[in-house]
Amino acid sequence: MLLIHCPYCDDTLPELEFTYAGEAHIARPADPSALSDAEWRDFLFIRTNARGPHYERWRHVGCGRFFNALRDTVSDRFLMTYKAGEARPDLNNPTLTREAAE
Amino acid sequence: MSRYRIPGKGRVDHGAPVSFTFDAKIYAGLRGDTVASALLANGVHLMGRSFKYHRPRGAVTAGSEEPNALIGTSRGKGRFEPNTRATVQELRAGLVAESQNKWPSLSFDLGAINDRAYMLFSAGFYYKTFMWPKSFWDKVYEPVIRGAAGLGKSPTEPDPDHYASRYLHTDVLIVGAGPAGIAAAMAAAQSGADVTLVDENPEMGGSLLSDPAVQIDGKSAWDWIDAQLGRLRAAGVRLMTRTTAIGYYHQNMVGLCQRLTDHLDSPPKGAPRERLWRVRARQVVLAQGALEKPLVFDGNDRPGVMLAGAAQTYLHKYGVRVGDTPAVVTSHDSAYHAAFDLADNGARVAAIIDTRDEVRPDLLDGARSRGIEVLAGHTVTTTTGRLRVKSVRAAAVRGGTVGGGRTVPCDCLLMCGGWTPSLHLFSHTRGSLVWDGGGQTFLPDRKTEEVEIAGAGRGLWGYDPVLADGAAAGLRALEGLGRVGHPAGFHVTNDRPGTGTSHAELPTDGNPGKARAFVDFQNDVTAKDIRLAVREGMRSIEHVKRYTTNGMATDQGKMSNINGLMIAADALGKAPPQVGLTTFRPPYTPTSFGAFCGYLRGETFQPTRKTPIDPWAEANGAVFEPVAQWLRAWYFPKPGEDMHEAVLRECKATRASLGIFDASTLGKIEVAGPDAVEFMNRLYTNPWTKLQPGRCRYGLLLGEDGFIRDDGVIGRLSPDLFHVTTTTGGAARVLTMMEDYLQTEWPDLDVWLTSTTEQWATVALNGPNALRMLQPLVQGVDWNDFPHMSCADCTVAGLPARLFRLSFTGEIGFEVNVPARHGLTLWTALMEAGRPYDICPYGTETMHVLRAEKGYIIVGQDTDGTVTPADAGLDWAIGKAKADFVGKRSLSRPDIVAKGRKQLVGLLTEDGSLLQEGAQIVLDPDQQTPMKMVGHVTSSYHSTMGHPIAMAVIEGGFDRMGETVFVPMPDGVRKAKITSTVFYDPDNTRLKA
Ligand SMILES: [Zn+2]
Repeated sequence: MLLIHCPYCDDTLPELEFTYAGEAHIARPADPSALSDAEWRDFLFIRTNARGPHYERWRHVGCGRFFNALRDTVSDRFLMTYKAGEARPDLNNPTLTREAAE
Repeated sequence: MSRYRIPGKGRVDHGAPVSFTFDAKIYAGLRGDTVASALLANGVHLMGRSFKYHRPRGAVTAGSEEPNALIGTSRGKGRFEPNTRATVQELRAGLVAESQNKWPSLSFDLGAINDRAYMLFSAGFYYKTFMWPKSFWDKVYEPVIRGAAGLGKSPTEPDPDHYASRYLHTDVLIVGAGPAGIAAAMAAAQSGADVTLVDENPEMGGSLLSDPAVQIDGKSAWDWIDAQLGRLRAAGVRLMTRTTAIGYYHQNMVGLCQRLTDHLDSPPKGAPRERLWRVRARQVVLAQGALEKPLVFDGNDRPGVMLAGAAQTYLHKYGVRVGDTPAVVTSHDSAYHAAFDLADNGARVAAIIDTRDEVRPDLLDGARSRGIEVLAGHTVTTTTGRLRVKSVRAAAVRGGTVGGGRTVPCDCLLMCGGWTPSLHLFSHTRGSLVWDGGGQTFLPDRKTEEVEIAGAGRGLWGYDPVLADGAAAGLRALEGLGRVGHPAGFHVTNDRPGTGTSHAELPTDGNPGKARAFVDFQNDVTAKDIRLAVREGMRSIEHVKRYTTNGMATDQGKMSNINGLMIAADALGKAPPQVGLTTFRPPYTPTSFGAFCGYLRGETFQPTRKTPIDPWAEANGAVFEPVAQWLRAWYFPKPGEDMHEAVLRECKATRASLGIFDASTLGKIEVAGPDAVEFMNRLYTNPWTKLQPGRCRYGLLLGEDGFIRDDGVIGRLSPDLFHVTTTTGGAARVLTMMEDYLQTEWPDLDVWLTSTTEQWATVALNGPNALRMLQPLVQGVDWNDFPHMSCADCTVAGLPARLFRLSFTGEIGFEVNVPARHGLTLWTALMEAGRPYDICPYGTETMHVLRAEKGYIIVGQDTDGTVTPADAGLDWAIGKAKADFVGKRSLSRPDIVAKGRKQLVGLLTEDGSLLQEGAQIVLDPDQQTPMKMVGHVTSSYHSTMGHPIAMAVIEGGFDRMGETVFVPMPDGVRKAKITSTVFYDPDNTRLKA
């Protein structure tokens, strides 16, 4: 069982307290009616399916907050977690890639 | 005294005989025995029949890796367990054990015909035979194979035992309490760290228990163990025996299964049988030692053929000589010590057959001094003996050619093909392995966790290096905690160092196609099977494994993996690391379902949610049904009534006068704040801006994909406060969805969400007399301005209340919400006030019937996640003028607006019979199978209208009104007419009455 750091509670807690909530940084379009059928389909269904570092959303059931995480889908390891609304961390950040490689 | 027990020897209690039965025969063993050691003490080697060929088998090991000696054990009703390893099960008084896979008896087994027909059962036979004519499957394979194959028999009764579970946080967890583990624990404990040492055996000490002649720091091995364990205990180290580390999970979580009562004559009342520990360790040390490998040769599976190290363990731990005239075949030095120890304890060792040309001089001296003949550079080509090995044929190998052999009579054959580091737990962490060409084995390489591997588990041999390595691992774990310790040294005398070599199957002068040289004893896989798999095109070890089933039995190939790999590599002409190793998975050894379930069974499987009114329902004879985590009153039968009669009476009473229903389980969410109306507009399909305070509206919630997620009546109490209701099962999901949008998409909205499901008790009143009955009890409502779909905060029966006028039955209806603590008071007050109207309490079944008569849907029953508002006939609930809401864009997607979607319609059977919910629907019952199914029945009930009613989703259903469809049911095909879903009062006259 993974240990996950909730950026709101600032506490590292067992996976049991969290639920996965899909890929991160897929914002709901401001005006869906302006999107073509293909664009709307992509928003609904098309996901990165990354092998390796993956931006994803998690919810801490304990405090009820949704947050974002960068997790390696090969090792399952969480590289970092950050609050919803914060910028997507740079994958080229050396501390992240070093952790990912470990 | 049993024939093969050596008086006074071993760690068993010679003064404490324990009697047990095996296949209905009574045997005597000693306290401290396993079933296997006790049987061996009685000269019994034959303990079971094999899985596929039903070959006679005996114990081949003395530990948890045992593939052969699987028995059924029982301790009274419900306490039968199959596939228990006789080498692990400790003897207890009155233990009833039986052998498996035999009929009619263990010594004469008809299933052994499979052994004669072994050519049919070769590698991949499952895949090949399935290709034969279909009739063979029904008539031959299914009955014959199922009857003959399989391990043990399943228990038939519920397990009456209970199982505990606990969490543990520790600084250092050490798995394996042999010399390396004990040394690691000593090192780790010195700076006050919290240390836990676990071992799967009843006693700590590991291999030292089988090597008492070794001396450490001037003490005999056993005295040294006692002294160290005493020191560890004094240092506060947690010592756990009979505790198997079954799995190694992310971030140093290790699962432990602790066996608590299986070894006890009579367990204390109420004691759990096993306890599952979830341990989170900052550092882990794996000191699991090594497992001895069998050698692969024809007849290596006869009872009496066992691992040399096992024989040594039976001798020293249990005081049991496994035979009087053992022969030994080995490719490793360690087997010499087993031979010497047996010779020193009264056995006449027939010969040591060594596959190596060169043998260490001191071992040759040891053999010579004991009069043991050593046949160096020899192979074993076969064995004889039906139920017990009688002889072994040894032949010299010169320059790769097998020369003339000779028969060596023996009553047991001890084999040793070297040792495999036990890396199962390390493999669970997906740590990588590296091939060690010298040791011909895999060793741990790259780690993914905070873990150290120590001792024989990383290929070391001999007590001196293993102890030093254990201590060093303990120190490194300490450093990992940021602590320091001092290195310890050990002085070992009488050490037993050794080396060896590895083989594929042993060379033979016989026909290799006929050799029954077993690699995987438990799954009956032979060397020939593995070579056949390679010949038939399998290249990866993963394919060879699945084709032959090598390593796929309950022992996960603890003994067979490396031998299988060596043979496959040889057949492929590749180096073993290029062929690869299969991955081990948890659990390390078979683990009971009970241990995994722990407390999560029966009443404690999950919380049961109760409404404040449940006590009244229980006292008044309600039958309950589970709905999500709730138990809801289903119906209230009167004496002599069945469910059907009770429900019909409740329905009629409600339609005729007045019904009362506990609706407290309805999900309730308060949406509050200046932006509440904007939030509701964005989330729900309906328009909310113009809804006046004091009014309510049916709300429909979609996913972004346009499919219905939930619904419920929503009241606006004030401009900035909405009282949202959801389905009983959907409450948490809807709140989560609301939170998601509010937190991540629209954080700018000033809205607060609060779950109030359990804060309100909700009582529904329905029927033509509902208003008349309720009115006198209510204060604070202007009845001139309280039409259908109104809401107000007021008092009811003197209790603070939130009153809704709405209907889920088609009759005049109210839902009275009061703070939960007043729920029962409200209910009794309403029951009292309703007496003049023959008020009738009803349950969920009547609620379902009444709503279905009106065509009101239940989300999750009449919808299934692929139903749009249009499909369900709920177009009217969509705010067409709204620019956007969740799911709106999807409602114009091409496949959502396409013709032929399944649409919700009513169904009336021609013969007036009841349809089954879930039944499939076809347009033409005479078409060829497989038929085109156009939909299914979603709801079906007996009704108050004198005939059953049903709802169904049917392709293009709205355009098929009046058409006849066909519903195949178990007892015949029904004709049904497509109708509107509204069966009762389509003009809503009763709502307005
Ligand atoms: Zn949190």
